[in-house]
Amino acid sequence: MLTLTCPYCGIAAEETELQPGGEAHLKRFGPGSSDAEFEAYLFARRNPKGVHFERWRHAYGCGKWFMAARDTATLQVYGTYKAQTPFPTPEIVAAIQHRHPQWRPDFDATSPTPTSAPEGLTQ
Amino acid sequence: MAEALATISQVQDRGMIQIRADLAQAGDAIAEAAGLALPEQGRITTDGNRSLGWMSPDELLLVLPLAETAEALAVLQDALATEHALVLDVSDMRAMFRIQGARALDVLAKLCPADLAAMPDDGLRRTRAAQAACGIWREPGGYALIGFRSVADYLRAILAGAAAPGTGLDPR
Repeated sequence: MLTLTCPYCGIAAEETELQPGGEAHLKRFGPGSSDAEFEAYLFARRNPKGVHFERWRHAYGCGKWFMAARDTATLQVYGTYKAQTPFPTPEIVAAIQHRHPQWRPDFDATSPTPTSAPEGLTQ
Repeated sequence: MAEALATISQVQDRGMIQIRADLAQAGDAIAEAAGLALPEQGRITTDGNRSLGWMSPDELLLVLPLAETAEALAVLQDALATEHALVLDVSDMRAMFRIQGARALDVLAKLCPADLAAMPDDGLRRTRAAQAACGIWREPGGYALIGFRSVADYLRAILAGAAAPGTGLDPR
């Protein structure tokens, strides 16, 4: 069972109170983008064994979307943070590295928005 | 035959007003218009007659006697006239139940994936009761549960079923 703490209302919500929203931190490719970028934005999703960032909605609660960092293999939850956050917060990264010292973020948290589709997913 | 775990009754004399606004900005105006202190995150404030519950970061629910609803609605709308806010009478949209009795918690524990025993005395917990969304808070002698009126029959049935005699959760 997965229990995530909603960062908006502070409730530790059990999985059935939440609605899954798929991979987090996708960058939208719309008009003006290449076909490959647009296709990757629509269909290409990561499916890692290990650290993963996801969107969840507190459906049977405050109704807000939030982000969660968790391990898809062990179900360990590294933390949750608000949906308005463009990148996983330093606290989340620290929590992940506490468990996996070798793990390195594959995003540049100094840039204002995600700049590319997930590596290896574009053609 | 053993007694039911709790007495389930549907409450018909309560009105509800939904308030959506930026609580940091309009909180004081709402509290004054509602006549109650602004509840903190996940809490409900009450004066015995009216209750003001925290539903989400931008939503409050005022529960009050049905006869006072129209007047309170006007007062709140007036108080929030200059804010980007929504004040709506949702009395007919919601159904409210009282679960009264020493083992009321057993009834709710069967239906909700929430640790209601750990809920603070003035807590308001939004969760689900079986398949229906609901909100729960404590009242003297038990709990109050609100849900959508469209599923009121369902809520009444599952509450009655969970309160069936001889189905307590404690070991016999």
